[in-house]
Amino acid sequence: MNVLRRNILKGATAAGTLAMAAGLFGTGNAFAAYNSAAFSAKTVADALKGMGAGTPTDSKDITIKAPDIAENGAVVPVEITSNIAGTTAIAIMAEKNANPLVANFKLSNGAEAFVSTRIKMGQTAMVRAIVTAGGKTYTAVKEVKVTIGGCGG
Amino acid sequence: MMNRREFLQLLAVAAASGMAIDSKQALAGNAPASFYDLPKFGNVSLMHMTDCHAQLLPIYFREPNVNIGIGSAFGQPPHLVGEYLLKHYGIRPGTREAHAFTYLDFQAAARTYGKVGGFAHLKTLVDKVRASRPGSLLLDGGDTWQGSATALWTNAQDMVDACKLLGVNVMTGHWEFTYGADRVKHIVDNDFKNTIDFVAQNVTTNDFGDQVFKPYTMKVMNGVQVAIIGQSFPYTPIANPRYMVPDWTFGIQDENMQKVVDEARAKGAQVVVVLSHNGMDVDIKMASRVTGIDAIFGGHTHDGVPQPYQVKNAKGTTLVTNAGSNGKFLGVMDFDVQGKKVVGWKYRLLPVFSNLLEADPKMSAFIDNVRAPFASKLNEQLAVTEELLYRRGNFNGTFDQLILDALMAVKGADAAFSPGFRWGTTLLAGDVITMDKLMDQTAITYPSTTLTEMTGETIKSIMEDVCDNLFNNDPYYQQGGDMVRVGGIQYTVSPNNKIGNRISNMTLKGKPVDASRKYKVAGWAPVGEGVNGTPIWDVVATYLRDIKVVKPRQLNMPKVVGIGNNPGYVV
Repeated sequence: MNVLRRNILKGATAAGTLAMAAGLFGTGNAFAAYNSAAFSAKTVADALKGMGAGTPTDSKDITIKAPDIAENGAVVPVEITSNIAGTTAIAIMAEKNANPLVANFKLSNGAEAFVSTRIKMGQTAMVRAIVTAGGKTYTAVKEVKVTIGGCGG
Repeated sequence: MMNRREFLQLLAVAAASGMAIDSKQALAGNAPASFYDLPKFGNVSLMHMTDCHAQLLPIYFREPNVNIGIGSAFGQPPHLVGEYLLKHYGIRPGTREAHAFTYLDFQAAARTYGKVGGFAHLKTLVDKVRASRPGSLLLDGGDTWQGSATALWTNAQDMVDACKLLGVNVMTGHWEFTYGADRVKHIVDNDFKNTIDFVAQNVTTNDFGDQVFKPYTMKVMNGVQVAIIGQSFPYTPIANPRYMVPDWTFGIQDENMQKVVDEARAKGAQVVVVLSHNGMDVDIKMASRVTGIDAIFGGHTHDGVPQPYQVKNAKGTTLVTNAGSNGKFLGVMDFDVQGKKVVGWKYRLLPVFSNLLEADPKMSAFIDNVRAPFASKLNEQLAVTEELLYRRGNFNGTFDQLILDALMAVKGADAAFSPGFRWGTTLLAGDVITMDKLMDQTAITYPSTTLTEMTGETIKSIMEDVCDNLFNNDPYYQQGGDMVRVGGIQYTVSPNNKIGNRISNMTLKGKPVDASRKYKVAGWAPVGEGVNGTPIWDVVATYLRDIKVVKPRQLNMPKVVGIGNNPGYVV
């Protein structure tokens, strides 16, 4: 474990947070494209509609890396990789959340189609990735179980 | 020499089990001198022990009569009990081996063949195997530092020292982590330095995903490079308190496992094995997905599996073993490595019969020394049992029932929950329940008892949640132990249904459990932080001192439906 790197980055994170508070939030630019209809939708179908994703095609070229059973439902690590050429957006849904759409990443200038984040999940549900490429949408799912824990051994 | 009483007992065993009475071996209650003679085979030998749960002294351990396999696991190892298991592996009923691997005629056979395990006896066996196989390695699959009073009271130090004395070479973990991340790191970095390699490919830091331990270690035997990869229990922070290991993340991590296997092969490993605490169902699935592993030496589920289960995958076959628990077994795998790969193998899972193995004097002295300062506490006689007390099985064991009854009586509860732990030793009718033996069932670092008001609906949802952790069709979604032990509430369980629909017909004192009514429920071993309550051993000790004699009691077994004629279920 690299303790030095961790300490340096801890300092950097604190500084970065300040910069963000002073800069990004001030201008509001980062949220210019916030899609209210999609993010406040209460069902998967409505969220897809709000995104303009219609009925995405199932794809094996999307990999979802997430735990089979979440260690902590409040911070579930999720990584999505799209091997679909010309990927321009990757969205993540937790299907049983009150608002299923958790994030939608826009990729441009040939950015690598990989995103990694942490999402909150209240209960066992399918985590769905929705990938946009060449004007079409594709999707894949993986179940993540949220359990009360204990009793193991 | 056998006296008349022992002889009559043996006859009773023989009669009950249909054993051939003219078998000299059985009549003697003694195995032939050759019982532990293993013909030499191959050029790489690995010994494997797992889940000893800190049992330094010989004990009894009854194998389960309920270990249900569903879906693709139906009727497959390790989900075979009693005669189904004997038939599958061609073991003769009524023999010493039959006693070791099954619950059949347990009490009578236990009186004939005696106790099992004990580090002093295990040490003798390990040394015997080593003498015939110089350079062989001893792998410990973990759940070694927890499960006894002395392990808890010495903060695991007794087991750390005992394992060094035993000659363990490589180890991975699960319950070890319930001593906290700092304690584990301290032992690995200090006590184990240059002696025992603690390996785990699936434990990384939350923030950067750095490996916390070495993912694998490379050893050389007879000029052959052998890689041993560690796989700690993937659901440690869920099944056990998260706050003990707040900065570490676990999980199964197939992709990383494949990378580590490939790296070890690239670095010249001719044999690649995994020392795993996944549990056997998870190991079998992992063996079908990850290629290049010769064998997975498994634990966690405490299954005494006589021969490896062979799993085919895209590039070959992986052997999956499971070596029981409580020091009862020692696995010995001999590989024949020719032309840089494994071309043959032989495996034995040796039962450690304490009566057949001299106690190693150095280890005996060490154990005496460990126990001496605690002698008066350990030896306190709490009660005498008039029935067989055991825990292991998918549902309530008789010792669980005793704990549940104690919880309800002492706490004034309507119902009680006790965790579905797989550890805990066995006592025969007539045995004294000492504090030592009570601690065998309860010694954990988060022993608080609780009394909580719960609605019938909440009780059902807890039972459904735990049941899914046992019977989910996909082993990767099975979080851990056996079914939560339930006191006061009768129910029906349908393992093949999905979560939410497995538990039905819940009744309390003959009346249906009301979803909206509140009930007082006692429990112990909370995984959340900051819960304070009387330790479970004090609650049960209070109860035992009061009743003095444990009479045979009603075992609260659920009605199990929809599992067909299941070879993992005999009641």
